Amino acid sequence: MQSHLSILLILSSAALHALSGIPGLLMSRRTAMSERIATVFSCAATAIGLAGVALVFLRGTDSMVLPWNVMGDPMKVAADGLSAFFIVPVLVMGALGSAYGLGYWPQSKHEDNGPSLRLFWGWAIAGMILLLLARHAVLFMMGWEIMALPAFFLVSTEHHLPEVRRAGWVYLVATHIGTLTLFAMFAFFHWITGSFEMRALAVSEAGLGTLTIIFLLALVGFGVKAGMMPFHFWLPAAHANAPSHVSALLSGVMLKIGIYGLIRFIGFLPDPPVSWGVIILASGCISGVLGVVFAIGQHDLKRLLAYHSIENIGIILMGFGLAMIGRSLGRPLWVILGMAGCLLHVWNHGLFKVLLFLSAGSAIHSSGTRQIDRMGGLAKFIPRTAAFFLIGAVAICGLPPLNGFVSEWFVYLGLFHAASDTTAVAWTAAALAAPVLALIGALALACFVKVYGAVFLGQARQPLESVPHEAPLTMQIPMGVLAGCCVLIGVLPWTVAPVLSRTILSCDIEGLLQSSCPLSTLTPLTAITLTGLALIGVCLIVYYRLSRRVQWSKAPHTITWSCGYARPTERMQYTASSFAQMLTGMFRSVLSPRIHEPEIRSVFAEPSRYETHQDEPVLDRKLIPAAHFIKQLFNRARPLQQGLTHQYLIYVALTVIILLIWTLPILTIFTRLFTR
Amino acid sequence: MTNIFIHIALLLIMPPLLLGVINKTKALFAGRRGPPVLQLYYDLIKLARKGVVISQVTTWVFTAAPVITLTAIMLAGLMVPMGPFQSPVAFTGDLILFAYLLALSRFFTTTAALDTGSAFEGMGAAREVTFACLSEPALFFALLVLAKMSGSLVLTNMLHAPLAAGSQASAASLVLVAGGLFILLLAENSRIPVDDPNTHLELTMIHEVMVLDHSGPLLGIILYGAAVKLFVLSAVLLHIVFPFQSGSALLDWSLFVLEMLLTAVAVGVVESVMARLQMRNVQHLLIAAILLCGFGFVLLMR
Repeated sequence: MQSHLSILLILSSAALHALSGIPGLLMSRRTAMSERIATVFSCAATAIGLAGVALVFLRGTDSMVLPWNVMGDPMKVAADGLSAFFIVPVLVMGALGSAYGLGYWPQSKHEDNGPSLRLFWGWAIAGMILLLLARHAVLFMMGWEIMALPAFFLVSTEHHLPEVRRAGWVYLVATHIGTLTLFAMFAFFHWITGSFEMRALAVSEAGLGTLTIIFLLALVGFGVKAGMMPFHFWLPAAHANAPSHVSALLSGVMLKIGIYGLIRFIGFLPDPPVSWGVIILASGCISGVLGVVFAIGQHDLKRLLAYHSIENIGIILMGFGLAMIGRSLGRPLWVILGMAGCLLHVWNHGLFKVLLFLSAGSAIHSSGTRQIDRMGGLAKFIPRTAAFFLIGAVAICGLPPLNGFVSEWFVYLGLFHAASDTTAVAWTAAALAAPVLALIGALALACFVKVYGAVFLGQARQPLESVPHEAPLTMQIPMGVLAGCCVLIGVLPWTVAPVLSRTILSCDIEGLLQSSCPLSTLTPLTAITLTGLALIGVCLIVYYRLSRRVQWSKAPHTITWSCGYARPTERMQYTASSFAQMLTGMFRSVLSPRIHEPEIRSVFAEPSRYETHQDEPVLDRKLIPAAHFIKQLFNRARPLQQGLTHQYLIYVALTVIILLIWTLPILTIFTRLFTR
Repeated sequence: MTNIFIHIALLLIMPPLLLGVINKTKALFAGRRGPPVLQLYYDLIKLARKGVVISQVTTWVFTAAPVITLTAIMLAGLMVPMGPFQSPVAFTGDLILFAYLLALSRFFTTTAALDTGSAFEGMGAAREVTFACLSEPALFFALLVLAKMSGSLVLTNMLHAPLAAGSQASAASLVLVAGGLFILLLAENSRIPVDDPNTHLELTMIHEVMVLDHSGPLLGIILYGAAVKLFVLSAVLLHIVFPFQSGSALLDWSLFVLEMLLTAVAVGVVESVMARLQMRNVQHLLIAAILLCGFGFVLLMR
């Protein structure tokens, strides 16, 4: 029993999460008790699960065979470094999101859908934990669906709204395209190994062709889940239309399950050619740049954050691609740095994107709209939420001294090492990828300056219905915890280095690293700590001295200078769309926004309006027209199917005649007729 | 130890002098007498004594941003070696921290600009972040060239590589990178032909328009920070343009100061003989910088 302690802890945590919503179903819809019980369950489950994860990192891999045979193979679960690493954000988000829900989606205001939201919340968390532990294809797919289906119900929580229903259906279709692809992938695995156990393949077992097919199937199947371009089409609408903490769960945690699948299953394939790594690196670059470019064009705060998830998935894939190239060419250094960047960015994105979605949730709650250009000046009313959003924004731009910088720094270091290599493929790929990462960083900075400036700074752009008040403590604490983690990892990155090293070693099936992963000796993490502390310390000291000298509250306050204009109004502020206009202009060929410009008809200007819309490029421009085309094709078959009984009788008769002709030995009959 | 002390002292004291030299050069070209070379020092002292007027619209970001900006640039300045000497802060991968500290300063300058809710400052901020999207890849191509040439990821070693290399193979790429970095120097410090620090029209400004609402000590910190940024980026460029070393520390330091002043003169000459570009053409100049640095890398790998 002793040896399975960590697995049992994690499994019981999953069970508790799954149970957390059930008491709520049996209780009155009026009482707030059910949501409190759910939160207590979630927090307890997370504490138990984290204890299990800590045991995995301390003691090493733990595996267990369940007494349950499916399709001839026993159900096997295991918790190695990689599984444990990905379970951490799931557990943390499970508890924090549940606590945030107390204030954001209280039972008193959402009597009808509150209980179902909490039920499916727990199930989605449990499903993710189950699939992260699974070592049997069927168990994996069970976990996959326990994650994916509740996510559909979570997305369509507000299903009385048509756009929410549409987003939900698109998500459901997309996730099942992924599932179908994974079925094909597991079929190939089963064909090669003859069992459903998930295990690494040997070089002798399969040829390169089969392996490449598995690689491509994994890339598509998990790419859909991770929101990799061009399989991201379901993501912006689903993340924008769900309640904010659900968006945070989907974006911060569930996308990473796709990344886990890629790392796990591509790790199983032996002796990968360099081209696989290059493909992953290139798709990372494309997702990164296009994700952030589309984010800049958005007018909806949550859609914008959703597109940023695509960008960050791109950065994660860049790290993974570099590690894959290193694996193919036998360069342990690239594997360590690439994987460290990839994995740490998985955690980091889980922290700051969740933080951003949660604080955006309370900003949307305060202003009553998701349109960035209708907000403004919120920092005056909700200063703490604004500060949390600012921390998230600095972190997601990859700026020091916060956590986003550390993971991007790992990826950069790996890319710079690869760029100095003599192998032509490697240095070309790396030398193109490093400036692309810089471009992504600069674009993300532009985008988050725009968002923070337009939403929280300046003045409210339209009259507020009521004075917004700061989020309740149950919402502030989760945000505070996440912001604290962002600062912690950013300033003290060596605290996570041992965990990263363990995880990287557990991915190293071929033994390329020779079971040593000296991440903290390869990268001067203490230097990051020192410079980070210096930066924060000097800023605080100088600002304190300056405040003592100037005394802000006593300084004269007046209207904004605005080049001497005496009566500036809130309508004269620069809007987010104007702020982004130069950049959207530069990327016009990719974005191609729909612009409705006013037509000037007379000498004197009439009241007019100007609108731009940013379509989703894959969904709105490719998939929906394609679906319409197919529908048109099927329309051609309409005359055959008119609901007339005699028509169907003719069909039946015709079928019978055809079958008779087919089954009767016509030739024999004819020969009989004409021969004597 | 002495060298580190001199490094910090120069970083703290010398930057405002560069702007004085630039303005003097411009005045000479225009046939004017021009302001004293030490004018910016006088301005800074004057501003430090003045009071502050704050817009009602702003939050704490507005007052904290200049401090964060200056600190980030100072920290970046500690990583760039001056002349043949070691920099006070050097570790593997500090080049990325250097680039991202400049980005951090940009984040807070532009955020503070948006804090005032003024259309002019928003416009300046939009231009600043847009042009940075083109200058960052150029900077990283330049860093790739230096990393490849030196085989190191420490900024000190990378910038000392031209000193050690001296071979004809790398000369061509260094010339290209020097051209690219000079464009970056002008763009990042908002000089002509990208931005005109002396223009009288707020609509056409980039950097100056972002700080319209700052006053007193806050404005002083911003002006000083801008001067330090010019100094730091010039120090980077000097390693590639003047890879010389005499061997004597005293001579090397005076040589460095002289080179720095020459860079300021060069910037002044560019400002005197060129008009500023139309805003829509600035991106072409920056793309040229990307191409120069990119081709520099290709030449090196040939």
